[in-house]
Amino acid sequence: MKRTIAAALSVAFACGVAWAGGSGEDSSDEVVTIEFIQWWEPELPAGAFRAIMDDFEARNPGIRVELISGPYANTRDQIVTGAATGTLSDVVGLDGAWVNDLAKQGAIAPLDGLIAETGFDAAQVADIIRVDGRSYMFPVATFVYPIFVNLDLFDAAGIDALPRTRSEFVAAARRLTDPAANRYGWVLPLSLQAPNGVQNDVMSWVWASGGSMLDGGQPDLTNADVVEALAFIDAMYQERLISPGSFAKQEQDKVEEFVNGRVGMMVSTLAHINMIRERNPELNFTISDFPAADGYSGPRGLPYAAWGIGVSAASEHPEEAWRLVEYLMSSEVNSRLVSIANAFPGNVNATPDFVTGDELFGRGFAIFQAGYLANEFVGLPVAEELMRLFGQEIQLLLDGEQTVEQTVSRAQRAWAAEF
Amino acid sequence: MAPTYVLLALLMVLPMVMVVRFALMDNVIVNRDPVFVGASNFLRLLGDRTFQISLGNTLYFTVMSIAFHLLIGLAFALLLNSSLIDPLLRGVLRAVYIVPWMFTATITAVIWRLLLNPVGIVNFTLQALNIAAANIEWFSSSTLALHALTFVNVWAGYPFYMVSLLAGMQGIPDELYEAAKIDGADNVQRFRHITLPHLTPIIVSIAMLDFIWTMHLFPLVWMTTGGGPGRSTEMLATFTYKLAFTTFDFSLASASAVIILIVSIAVALLYIRYQRASDERGAP
Repeated sequence: MKRTIAAALSVAFACGVAWAGGSGEDSSDEVVTIEFIQWWEPELPAGAFRAIMDDFEARNPGIRVELISGPYANTRDQIVTGAATGTLSDVVGLDGAWVNDLAKQGAIAPLDGLIAETGFDAAQVADIIRVDGRSYMFPVATFVYPIFVNLDLFDAAGIDALPRTRSEFVAAARRLTDPAANRYGWVLPLSLQAPNGVQNDVMSWVWASGGSMLDGGQPDLTNADVVEALAFIDAMYQERLISPGSFAKQEQDKVEEFVNGRVGMMVSTLAHINMIRERNPELNFTISDFPAADGYSGPRGLPYAAWGIGVSAASEHPEEAWRLVEYLMSSEVNSRLVSIANAFPGNVNATPDFVTGDELFGRGFAIFQAGYLANEFVGLPVAEELMRLFGQEIQLLLDGEQTVEQTVSRAQRAWAAEF
Repeated sequence: MAPTYVLLALLMVLPMVMVVRFALMDNVIVNRDPVFVGASNFLRLLGDRTFQISLGNTLYFTVMSIAFHLLIGLAFALLLNSSLIDPLLRGVLRAVYIVPWMFTATITAVIWRLLLNPVGIVNFTLQALNIAAANIEWFSSSTLALHALTFVNVWAGYPFYMVSLLAGMQGIPDELYEAAKIDGADNVQRFRHITLPHLTPIIVSIAMLDFIWTMHLFPLVWMTTGGGPGRSTEMLATFTYKLAFTTFDFSLASASAVIILIVSIAVALLYIRYQRASDERGAP
């Protein structure tokens, strides 16, 4: 019996050693295996992303790609710990909000050297994310956040035009709101668990009117644009035009209320269009660009989230990793990927096929082209914590415990400490 | 024995030693060359206003949860142990009362987020009964959120007490109650002088375990309020998580974890001492 167990253990050990030894590089046929950590594969139709990787492998016979896929929420933690333990994948899926911290940790490598060595045309990249003047991330796919409008509620309230200014937005919200029917004009998620409502639903009002929360890369929350946007939101909240429960509400709650016809307007990503259609095929809705401050006529900033890509600083195969980055950023592959993801391309020359086949996506593409991408949290240090700190102060404001001026000055102090 | 010690060292001692070491360095993991900084992380933490609020919230949440777990668990256990209730109904009630314990913290959070939604069934019922005039924002109000969260935790945790105490009650010999009855003791006197002394060892044991579990509770808080509104439901567990995974301050997070560990060990030592004393005294 003992001999059997000992033999089994020996075989298991030998297999383990052989497996471990063979997992990195296959020296016999000189195939290099690179790892690619991302959260994209689970968010795309089954097999779609693997098919793109298979195509890459077919075009690059010496390179094999192993996908390390997981939910978005866990990916950043895995990247941070992977970098600390020296096990980070060669190619890294990135959110712009993580870039600063990961670059400072030394987890991701600057791409400038690889761009120069390979003669890559950086002008075709829609927006390169830089830290301290060095390039760290390319956005592969971009998901913009316009205003979603429930047209049936608009018709029932007698509103015949989509709001283009803040005044028109408030007027529409007033006509849409009917607390007795649990129906409200707008929905504002401010949960501290996932504080991205501060970015998508609050600061977007500032960016849509050409404003900024930064000055020379430093926090500037006390400027008139931020103060006016917060005063506008606070007035709507105090007038009870926003559906109740904001402080515990998350993005999925917001979409749920819109799907169920309980709110007339919400800020959301184009990526939700198909989900909304699936959840409520009867819902008659459209999208509109962000209302700007009254009298503002300049270009409108459009909040966005991006699937970004970078290369690990500790990669043993940076050239092969870069080949994959180049491949995904090429016009042809980028078009193919964003068409599956219902996103806008990271390559300025790529055109997703859905913009011609779907009226709402076509409208979204027109909004995307008319404005400019605006997300000032991208590239900031501890971006999520900044959102949470600001979110805490906004909650106190809406709760009536402080004024707008106190809110911005306290948030400014909290941000300055983080910078 | 040796493999046991190896496993214990790998799974228990090593992680604890690493966390204590991290707490004594400047920012580990994100800093490639961390240096020893002594107790400065602990001092910084103890002076941090959010940490103090988290500590206060955690103590309130834990103590209130234990108190109501005990009261409700004891009440239901007495009910289910009573011969006045039909055995069939008792069986049904036993199954119904234990239901909250069947749910994971995530399911509990989802259920109560829906029930306590401003347009949820709880507010609808309260308004239909004219108890509330408007929708109450249970998890969104800085004055109500901590109480609402404590209520949910009480709901989720009382069956553990109920089951433990019911088992204890069923182990009390009937002869004691019969003798007390003959001596003229009423219901309250029998409960006070027979039931309670027999249940005391169980109550102390489960209360101490509950203290440790509740103090560590993370998913329920995270999935209902995330520590908000403001910092009104911030607990040591959520505060520690945020230090580690939103500000990447792993050393400060480790210091916070060490403080939680010290409190837990103190309670665990009390529990061990109590168990030892009980063993020496023998059964009541």
